[in-house]
Amino acid sequence: MAVKDRIPPVERKPEERAKDFEEVSLGYTEELAILEAKRCLQCKVPTCVSGCPVGIDIPGFIKEISKRNFEKSYRILKSYNSLPAVCGRVCPQEVQCEGVCVLNKAGKPISIGNLERFVADWAMQNNLEDKITIERKINKKIAVIGSGPAGLTNAAEMAKRGYVVDLYEVFHTPGGVLVYGIPEFRLPKAIVNKEVAFLEKLGVNIKLDIPVGFAVHPMELLETYDAIFIGVGAGTPKFMGIDGTELNGVYSANEFLTRINLMKAYKFPEADTPVKFAKNVVVIGGGNTAMDAARSALRLGANVTVVYRRSKVEMPARKAEIEHAKEEGIKFQTLTQPVRYIGNNGRLVAIECIKMKLGEPDSSGRRRPIPIEGSNFVIKADMAIEAIGTQANKLLLSQFEGLELNKWGYIKADDYGKTSLPKVFAGGDIVTGSATVILAMGAGKKAANAMEKFLY
Amino acid sequence: MNEILEKKKLAYGVHLFWIKNELIAKKAKPGQFVIFRTHDSGERIPITIAGVNNNKFRVIVKAVGKSTYELCKLQPGDKIADISGPLGMPSEIKFYGKVLVVGGGVGIATIIPIVQALISSGNDVDVILASRSREFFFLTDEFENAKNVYYVTDDGSFGDKGFAHEKMDKLLKEKQYDIAWAIGPALMMKACSEVAKKNNLKIWVSLNAIMVDGTGMCGGCRVLINNEMKYTCVDGPEFDGRLVNWDSFMIRLSQYREEEKLALERYLEKVGEPTWL
Repeated sequence: MAVKDRIPPVERKPEERAKDFEEVSLGYTEELAILEAKRCLQCKVPTCVSGCPVGIDIPGFIKEISKRNFEKSYRILKSYNSLPAVCGRVCPQEVQCEGVCVLNKAGKPISIGNLERFVADWAMQNNLEDKITIERKINKKIAVIGSGPAGLTNAAEMAKRGYVVDLYEVFHTPGGVLVYGIPEFRLPKAIVNKEVAFLEKLGVNIKLDIPVGFAVHPMELLETYDAIFIGVGAGTPKFMGIDGTELNGVYSANEFLTRINLMKAYKFPEADTPVKFAKNVVVIGGGNTAMDAARSALRLGANVTVVYRRSKVEMPARKAEIEHAKEEGIKFQTLTQPVRYIGNNGRLVAIECIKMKLGEPDSSGRRRPIPIEGSNFVIKADMAIEAIGTQANKLLLSQFEGLELNKWGYIKADDYGKTSLPKVFAGGDIVTGSATVILAMGAGKKAANAMEKFLY
Repeated sequence: MNEILEKKKLAYGVHLFWIKNELIAKKAKPGQFVIFRTHDSGERIPITIAGVNNNKFRVIVKAVGKSTYELCKLQPGDKIADISGPLGMPSEIKFYGKVLVVGGGVGIATIIPIVQALISSGNDVDVILASRSREFFFLTDEFENAKNVYYVTDDGSFGDKGFAHEKMDKLLKEKQYDIAWAIGPALMMKACSEVAKKNNLKIWVSLNAIMVDGTGMCGGCRVLINNEMKYTCVDGPEFDGRLVNWDSFMIRLSQYREEEKLALERYLEKVGEPTWL
């Protein structure tokens, strides 16, 4: 029997969506979702589950979709994953669940991400109440630092198990990278807010605007709480450090995206935070952050080029987003590395770049880029956005006396989030370095198990 | 929380606020700042803490653009939507011996906690207060424990006529100091830093860079200190003024000049004459 091709989700046309920040993919209709769900072979030993960092019963929830039991499907999904509407949208499924679907051998894998998203959205649209069962109240206090995917998951898990949870967030809105990093056109903030509201229903006490490390010393937390989970992410931007980095018009992707996503600078002057509306924007990097920055700049009316030092094959961004970016008219200049920003009266006007060639694979397994001497050339640009990665925020961690860090400055923690300090657990990007939303959530959940064991 | 308890007009466009926030009042140290967001579509702006008392803290706000105009319009009983803080590294307060502290414009408010802490640590503190003219001095009684207070005005309406750095230059010819602080407009801090450099005197300045998060997450407030990139919000805001790349700092301060102008114009169209300033 030939495998039917997978059903594509409904998407807005590139020429229309490139002008606003509304969501690009509209997802599946009920009928499309059922059609796609019916393609699933319902494997007895499902390989897809092994590809999911939180081990969702994928055939289980898909089977219920094919039977039009959307509510039951949602209950299954939600028992594994507290943020399904988010994960269905932002997980790099091609290297996770969908990457190991057996249908890869015969054709296209099941569109698991889109199905997950469909069920979560269906539940939201039908105002399906989350069933909250807190077995017993436990008179022990947990502090969760950071309200990104790791912290949200850990807080939800601990609250469900009956603990008293205080969630500390430095920003005025909870969500971490889900609110300041990933743009509206990929992840509507209304969805994040709804999923955060679930935490409040669980009784999690969300404390906003509190910079732990400044307003609250970590040692005070250690005295007040029975256990602590650190989920502060890797939020400090790296700069290449080339000449001219201080010029006006040079941004870190963190700054650009925070202005756009969290502060809604694309609505300036209706929103008070400004952002430059540039003509020629160069985004440096090849990850999801680079794609998000490039597509955001495009939506502000710019002509955008992504400059990446390796070739397209090595780009770490989600495939779907690279495709979306191309469709929207973003240009890619691969095997290219900026060497100097050129300014005029303190403003960026151009970027000097050098061409690269690929050498032997490095420790990451990707072929190492090597500069081709004398191949320098200049690109006109009035804005440059560096999306070359982030690192740990050293300040906070240094205040936890005795907390061991690895050589990159991230927290040393075992697979269960245990750190060198007995009461302190950690997970997400602050342990692994920049990774994915779902891995951070998985870490938050695993740490909850370990914390429960520790507190028992 | 975040309720305005007291408001006082100090001079045209300069307002004092006491704001209720126990955590900040308890934790703030001299030299630190907070990030304000006045309402839901508001921007995040850094403002230095100019004193604490029980469960409240004080800020002095100068109206220079849309957000600060809006802030100055608020009244006791109103609430600030968000205040995050205290942020930034505290001033390095210890016993030095003889200290010179310069405050210019609203910088006069910023230096109050620093001067008081330096005096408490046993230092002899001389203070230079500089402003455009006589009516822009405020809270001068809070410097009463300083050894000497010298006044300078641009127009000569009070104290010496001239600029803060000129007075500083003069004093350094007569007296020895172990360390200095200068806080005020960028141009003033730059000029004072040059005088200090010439005299081989360490000088702390407090950089009012453009910030978004204020927690080291975006690098928007980056400055060049001794040719090294630093983030004002977490590495500062105080730096050795002799090592600051002032030209680059001031160019970065002007990044959003057109947008700031547009935002203020639109705001004034909406609210009319800003009689409350």
